[in-house]
Amino acid sequence: MTARIGVVTFPGSLDDRDTQRAIRLAGAEPVALWHKDKDLHQVDAVVLPGGFSYGDYLRAGAISRFSPVMETVIEQAKAGLPVLGICNGFQILTEAHLLPGGMLGNDHLHFVCREQKLRVENADTAWTADYEAGQEIHIPLKNMDGRYVADAYTLDKLEAEGRVAFRYLDVNPNGSLRDIAGITNEAGNVVGLMPHPEHAVEPLIGTGRTDGLPFFTSILKKLVNA
Amino acid sequence: MSRTPLDTVEHAAETPDVELPWAELGLKKDEYERVVEILGRRPTGAELAMYSVMWSEHCSYKSSKVHLRQFGEKAPQSDALLVGIGENAGVVDVGQGYAVTFKVESHNHPSYVEPYQGAATGVGGIVRDIIAMGARPVAVVDPLRFGAADHPDTKRVLPGVVAGIGGYGNCLGLPNIGGEVVFDACYQGNPLVNAGAIGVMRHEDIHLAKASGAGNKVILYGARTGGDGIGGASILASETFDDAKPSKRPAVQVGDPFQEKLLIECTLEAFKEKLVVGIQDLGAAGLSCATSELASNGSGGMRVTLDDVPLRDSTLSPEEILMSESQERMCAVVEPAKVDRFLEICEKWDVIATVIGEVTDGDRLEIFWHGGKIVDVDPRTVAHDGPVYERPYARPEWQDALQADDANKLPRPATAEELKAQVLKLVASPNQASKKWITSQYDHFVQGNTVLAQPEDSGMIRIDEETGLGVAIATDGNGRYAKLDPYTGAQLALAEAYRNVATTGAKPLAVSDCLNFGSPEDPAVMWQFAEAIRGLADGCLQLGTPVTGGNVSLYNQTGEAAIHPTPVVAVLGVIDDVARRTPVAFQEEGQLLYLLGDTREEFGGSAWSQVVHDHLGGLPPKVDLERERLLGEILISASRDGMIDSAHDLSDGGLIQAVVESALLGGKGARLVVPDGLDAFTLLFSESAGRAVVAVPRSEEVRFNDMCGARGLPVTRIGVVDGDSVDVQGEFALSLAELREAHEATIPALLA
Amino acid sequence: MARVVVDVMLKPEILDPQGQAVQRALPRLGFEGISDVRQGKRFELEVDGPVDEAALARIHDLAESFLANTVIEDFTVKVEEAAAEAAK
Repeated sequence: MTARIGVVTFPGSLDDRDTQRAIRLAGAEPVALWHKDKDLHQVDAVVLPGGFSYGDYLRAGAISRFSPVMETVIEQAKAGLPVLGICNGFQILTEAHLLPGGMLGNDHLHFVCREQKLRVENADTAWTADYEAGQEIHIPLKNMDGRYVADAYTLDKLEAEGRVAFRYLDVNPNGSLRDIAGITNEAGNVVGLMPHPEHAVEPLIGTGRTDGLPFFTSILKKLVNA
Repeated sequence: MSRTPLDTVEHAAETPDVELPWAELGLKKDEYERVVEILGRRPTGAELAMYSVMWSEHCSYKSSKVHLRQFGEKAPQSDALLVGIGENAGVVDVGQGYAVTFKVESHNHPSYVEPYQGAATGVGGIVRDIIAMGARPVAVVDPLRFGAADHPDTKRVLPGVVAGIGGYGNCLGLPNIGGEVVFDACYQGNPLVNAGAIGVMRHEDIHLAKASGAGNKVILYGARTGGDGIGGASILASETFDDAKPSKRPAVQVGDPFQEKLLIECTLEAFKEKLVVGIQDLGAAGLSCATSELASNGSGGMRVTLDDVPLRDSTLSPEEILMSESQERMCAVVEPAKVDRFLEICEKWDVIATVIGEVTDGDRLEIFWHGGKIVDVDPRTVAHDGPVYERPYARPEWQDALQADDANKLPRPATAEELKAQVLKLVASPNQASKKWITSQYDHFVQGNTVLAQPEDSGMIRIDEETGLGVAIATDGNGRYAKLDPYTGAQLALAEAYRNVATTGAKPLAVSDCLNFGSPEDPAVMWQFAEAIRGLADGCLQLGTPVTGGNVSLYNQTGEAAIHPTPVVAVLGVIDDVARRTPVAFQEEGQLLYLLGDTREEFGGSAWSQVVHDHLGGLPPKVDLERERLLGEILISASRDGMIDSAHDLSDGGLIQAVVESALLGGKGARLVVPDGLDAFTLLFSESAGRAVVAVPRSEEVRFNDMCGARGLPVTRIGVVDGDSVDVQGEFALSLAELREAHEATIPALLA
Repeated sequence: MARVVVDVMLKPEILDPQGQAVQRALPRLGFEGISDVRQGKRFELEVDGPVDEAALARIHDLAESFLANTVIEDFTVKVEEAAAEAAK
């Protein structure tokens, strides 16, 4: 058996088809979900992909967060459904308060597209189990509003509970506090990050590395073994 | 422009003596008289609006048409060409049932007025041209030219343009895979913002801008129509900007990339369900252009009710609605039975769609407003029968003196120390420096098919995941060469783009161009234009790569001073398996470096003459297109058969520039030996065309040499990939760290 | 010390994609009866010394040449009364 992993398309989603490809390459079955449809079609996990949903107008993720599909995603995520938010998906998760903190414009005020070095800080989540804690990986990063911010109390709490899942190494590309690239919720089923693992799944394409594939094999193994 | 009573066709016939502001709308007296002659009466205000905007230089190509014909007359035989010049974009067969459409357009003047929005809407416009052919856009490229890098206004224009291209293209989800950034004082008041896009479709999905089938509905969909850029099409091609108070400048169109993304998805879904008979995007001249072109390419008859156009500003007059250049709009022709489904798809994507008219079995384009008929024209007279000018042209008097000012006679470095200093100066100069600060503001990765992106020689996109079929695109132009000799300069641009495609392992198939020149009313500029086109058409014929379409941008001048003639050439190529592509970066230490082609003392228009001597004179490098073709074949074979691991074309900056780039990208140095018969200076800085440098694994050395020998391509071993410096033996060594600092610090220091 | 507020808005005839996206989302969230939304920028300038006509003229120039892009934007300059009062 394999797992069905849903990928939501919001108006303005860009990496939805790329994410479906990454899921397929990992051996799972991608299922396209539509923002206007509350029904998750019996998927075992959901990815909120990157892009500029609603043009990032108002605030990144602020309008998508209120779409019909998100009502179900929010409800089921609280009940344990694995959810991964990549870039714009991460922004939607913070706007939906499934993850703490928020995202502001990059400190240098420019869009940034680069191959980014990261450290996997937490390899116990549903989406990171195929990594080793402390492992260093290279994954493309591309965003305009990628500066992760939260109050000191929240940051300390995230650190203390091991909920900083990924940290930027060498270069902090957007001014994120404490070099945070991605975080998880307490239960470890909801993970959000700014870099794009779905763009590092094939040799030759993009940066030519496959450091992002374990995201999708992690969840597949967890679902199949469950 | 609103008048009472409504200026209907009937009213116009009854009031022949009413004076219309034809001059203010940019028409010449004889052009206006021709409109009157065509109609047999004075035009209505709405008709005048349509004719004036469609007969502008920008829309009618009235000064360039007589020369552009050569691209058709001299077109090489090519089985690859599916759709040629005249449609929204050309279409090329790339095999396996796939077709690729590509085009480059200019958005120069708007980008000077408002850099961010000008550049952003330039991307939007070219992408709509691609969608209108039935294709999914897969990548964009941006050839850009600015004034002097250290001029204060460059700091206004460049960051705005770059942010605009990124802001729009990134939001559309299109990887930006190539282009150029060139600085030259001649572009100070006239930056060149050219934008190119590529789209992919199956052969059966090709769509055309054609309204056929009486009774079929005309649907306008996308953004509401506002007062954006009214008269913009005329202003685009107008002689000068009004340099009055900033707020007196013409209205600028604002792009909404989010709306355009929805437009892409909704249009592609409609194509997939075969709902569309004909389609046209709305760009310059808005509805005037879309309705007259759709109608004239079909049977000719169309009736439109302007009251049904969704407006953002309810006070717009019918003339303004016809001229509005509001972005993110398209026009589709749909059979009545399929209209409901088409509207449903638009609703799914939250795109406003309205039936505004229908195809008729007559041959007139009729437009109604408040019940009155305000336009009744033969659409061909609007869209195709505009004026054609045989503008006088003459080789400028200064051309001989310019060519006599021989760059080969400039003082050359006398010592190894001086040579080293000039190398450092060259790789740090704004034109030769790394453009990473710019390109890192563009998304290269989106869509997950990018095989190569800048600073590679060409951008490359995979189009079939199963077979690995891919396409490559390179854009090149060198205004300095073209200024010295426009015929040769245009061929050098073609040769370089062709070479850049071949260097990555792809076979060049077809050409698009963006021809940026000064005022056609200046005979010297017109001569440059005529020569450049003649050169390009001759070159394309010889290389077997047809011109599939393109764009002309004239009046790029400030006062009497025109920009350098700047033909920008885009070459599209195909590669059977992207796994066989060749990158620029050195891959492995110990690999042998070979220089392919002949190196001569050619410094006219060179980067060296500019950077070291601030000089422009002499003759540009010689062009040998047969040699270019042979070099291309060798590079493609070597790539396919795994004989080379990296390759880089030699162009501005010569061999040293290429080696430094390959070394920095690969993080591996090189030891170079000056071969017999050449001096170090000529080896490093000459810009002879038809050359590339390749890295050959030792195991392939014999096979590679044999292949070059058998096919008669000169090949010279010049060194080896090695160490962490670029070491020209017996002359100097520069560490990679030192080179990286010089190469990468320049642009951020000037612009960040 | 006084505070001068510069509000910068896109000119009425210029398309405002941001405001439009917000406006379209409103009915879905149950907010009816709002026919248009336009989004702008607010700058709060803390001014040393008195905000007299000369100072306001300078701020006007600053707004025109720098804070607003008058090709596409309008601006208004106003003295924030509360701050001005409190500073007295």
